[in-house]
Amino acid sequence: MTITATRPASAQTPPPDRPIRVLSFSQRLSRWDMKLSPYLYISPFFVLFAIVGLFPIAYTGVISFMDWDQVRRSGEFVGFDQYAWILTQPKFWTALGNTFSIFLLSSVPQLILALFIAAMLDRHIRAKTFWRMSALLPYVVAPVAVGLIFNALFADKSGAVNGFFEWIGIGAIPWHVEPFWSHIAIATMVNYRWTGYNALILLAAMQAIPRDYYEAATVDGAGAFRQFMSITLPSLKPTLIFVVITSTIGGLQIFDEPRMFDQFGRGGSAQQWLTITLYLYDIGWGEWNFGRAAAMAWILFIIILAIGLINLLVTRSLVRDEGRRGAQLSRRERRALKRAEARR
Amino acid sequence: MNSRAIRRGAAAVSALAIGGVVLAGCAGSAEESASDDPNAPIELSIATFNDFGYTDELLQEYMDEHPNVTIVHNKAATSNDARANFFQKLGNSGLADIEAIEVDWLAEMMEYSDLLEPVPDDLKGRWLDWKEAAATDAEGNLVGYGTDIGPQAVCYRSDLFEAAGLPTDREEVAKLFTTWDDFFTVGQEYVDKTGKPFIDSANTVLQGLMNQVEVSYEEADGTVVATENPDVREVYDTVVERAVPISAYPAQWGDDWYASLANGEFPAMLCPGWMHGIISGEGPDVEGWDIADVFPGGGGNWGGSYLTIPANGAHVEAAQELADWLSSPETQVKAFGNAGTFPSQTEAYESDDLTGFTNEFFNDAPTGQIGVDRAEAVTVSPVKGAKYFQFHDALQSAVTRVFDGIEDQETSWQTWVDEVSGF
Repeated sequence: MTITATRPASAQTPPPDRPIRVLSFSQRLSRWDMKLSPYLYISPFFVLFAIVGLFPIAYTGVISFMDWDQVRRSGEFVGFDQYAWILTQPKFWTALGNTFSIFLLSSVPQLILALFIAAMLDRHIRAKTFWRMSALLPYVVAPVAVGLIFNALFADKSGAVNGFFEWIGIGAIPWHVEPFWSHIAIATMVNYRWTGYNALILLAAMQAIPRDYYEAATVDGAGAFRQFMSITLPSLKPTLIFVVITSTIGGLQIFDEPRMFDQFGRGGSAQQWLTITLYLYDIGWGEWNFGRAAAMAWILFIIILAIGLINLLVTRSLVRDEGRRGAQLSRRERRALKRAEARR
Repeated sequence: MNSRAIRRGAAAVSALAIGGVVLAGCAGSAEESASDDPNAPIELSIATFNDFGYTDELLQEYMDEHPNVTIVHNKAATSNDARANFFQKLGNSGLADIEAIEVDWLAEMMEYSDLLEPVPDDLKGRWLDWKEAAATDAEGNLVGYGTDIGPQAVCYRSDLFEAAGLPTDREEVAKLFTTWDDFFTVGQEYVDKTGKPFIDSANTVLQGLMNQVEVSYEEADGTVVATENPDVREVYDTVVERAVPISAYPAQWGDDWYASLANGEFPAMLCPGWMHGIISGEGPDVEGWDIADVFPGGGGNWGGSYLTIPANGAHVEAAQELADWLSSPETQVKAFGNAGTFPSQTEAYESDDLTGFTNEFFNDAPTGQIGVDRAEAVTVSPVKGAKYFQFHDALQSAVTRVFDGIEDQETSWQTWVDEVSGF
C-alpha cells in the first residue's frame, strides 16, 4: 500500500513484462460467477431482512427522537424528550408492573404444567398420538378467538366462571375491577394457548434422552419420581432454557389477551390490566403519537434484552449441577486428584 | 451442476431479489391517471364501515345513470379499522376515491383538511348548520359531505314502566323528563321502587350531557381548558352523583351489557337513531320497547358520518359527483330505509318516506318523525378539538372508577386531572 502511494504517478510506466492474459467474456463471467454467486444465493434472506426487519428498526430509532406527524411524514428533532416523557408517566410503570405480574402468573404455572404433561405423554400410554395432538389443539385457536371466548366466560355478571363460583358459594369475583383477578383471568388465556405447545417441545426433548439411562435407573431401584428428577430434568436443560426464554419474550410482549379483555382494549379504567405493548399501541394507533410509541418500543426492547440475559444466567445456574453423577469437585480437589494420579 | 446452470440460477436469484425491492418500492402507485374525457370508463372506489345503507341496488342506480362508472365498495368492519386505515394512508396513496369519516375522529382529521378536496360551494347549506360547521376548517372550506346524524331520544320499556307505576304512553313519557333533573329523579324513584337499575350505563349519560356543552375540553382556538372548566366539573359531578346510582353498568358494549340487553334488564336508554337496530338486534325477544320524543335538556346528537375525498385521488371530479349523489337528500332517505342511518339534510326532513316511517319493534313508534324533531332540537354544536377523544375517554374512565368503587369522586377526578396534564 505504502509503496503504491509514494511511487510518483507517471505516464511512462513501463509495460509489464508478462503479457496480459486476455479473458473471453464468458470466462470473465464465470470468474465473477464463482466469486459472487454464493452471496447471491444467500441474498434473499438479507434483502428481505433489510426491508422488513432492519429498516423498520432503524426507522423506529430515528422517529423515537422526534415529534413525529405520521400523516405528513415529517417531524421535529426533540432528542430524548420522548424517552423522558415515557419514563415519567405513572401509566408506564403501572403497565410495567402489570406485564411482569401477568408474565409470572402465566409462565411459572405454564412451565410446571407443561413439564408434567410432557412427562405423562412420555410414558407408555394408549393412543399416544391422540393425546399429543389434543395437547396442541388450543394452540391452533387464534388468540383473538381465545380472547372472545374467555371474555364471555370471565364476564363479571353474565360469565360462566362467576356463575359457577356463585353456584358453589364462593361468590362472584370482580374480574374487571381488581388488578390481581384481571391478571389471573388474562394469564389463564395465555396458559390455555401455550401450555400444550411448550409441553410438546419438552416432550420432543424427553424423547431424545437415551432409554438406557432409565433402564439402568430402574435396575438400581429408582422410582418414577426419582428418575424424573435425576435423569429427565437435567437432560432437558438446553430445551428448558429455550422454553423459558421464548416464553419470557412472549410474556413481555403480551398484547392480544389484555386487548381483548374488555370492549375498549385500553387496559381498564384504572389501568388494571394495561400492559406495555397495549400502552404502546394506544399511544401509536390511538393517539397517533408515533414519536412516543417508537421511544416506548425501544425501551421495551432494552427491557426484554435485560430480562432475557438475567433469565439465561438464572436458568443456567439452576439446572447446572443436577445432571453430573456424584458431587461436583472444586478446583482444589481436582488439582489434588491430578497430583495423586501423577504420583502414582 | 455445470457453470451455466449456476449462472442461470444466480441470475434468477438476483432477479428475484431485485424484483422484491422494486415491487416494494412501487406498490400502491395510481393505476390510471385522470382523463379529460368525461365519458371514459372509470372505476370509483368508496370505503365505508359498519352499514351506511349503501346497498348494491342503490349503487347500481348510480351506475345505470352513469354507464361509464363502475363503483367498488369496500366495507371495513368497524369505524376503528377505517380510522387506522385512513390515517396511515392519508397524504400518501392507497386511499379510496371516497372515504367515510366518523364524527368521533372528525376533529383529528380536520388538522389535515388541506389534504382533502373541499365540497363545491353550491352544495353548501343543504345540511343541518351544525353538521356543516363541524366539517368546516379555519379557511372556511367544507371538507365533508354529511351523511347521517344521531339525534338522541329516550328508548324505554313500557312493560317495566307500568310495573313501576310510571306512565307508559309515549306522549306522557315524553313529558316525564324534559330536564336532566327530572330524568334522574324519575330514575331514582324507579330504582327505589324496584331495586333494579334504571338506565343501561353511566357513561352514556356523560356523553349526553357533554354533547350539550359547547366548550368542554378545548376552546375553538385550541387552548386546553379541560381541567379548569367548571362546566366539565359540573357534568362529572352530576354523572357521578346522580347517574351512577341508577345505572346498570359503567359503560356500553361490554359482554355484560350485551347480555343484559338481550335479557331486558333495564327500562331506559338514551338512544340515537342507529341504536334502534342494536336494541332490536341484540334483544329480539325483549318486548315492550318504545321511544319517547324527548331528550333531557333539549337536543343531543351522538355519532354520524361524513364522506370525504382525498385531494390526491385519481378521479377527484367523478368522486365529487358520486359523493354529491350519495349525500343528496333523496339518496339519504333511501339509505335510511336500508340501514336506519338518519339523514343530516334539511330537505330530507320533508320527505314522506322519512316522516311516515314507523318501527314495528318499538311499538310502531314514528321513528322518522321523532328523528326529525330530535335533530331540530339540537341547538348546541360542541367544539371538539383534536384531542377531544383522549380527554373524553379519560373522563369516562374516571366515571368507571367511581362506578366500580376503585376510587371515590374526588380522587378519581384528581387522577383524571393528573392524567390529562400530560397530553
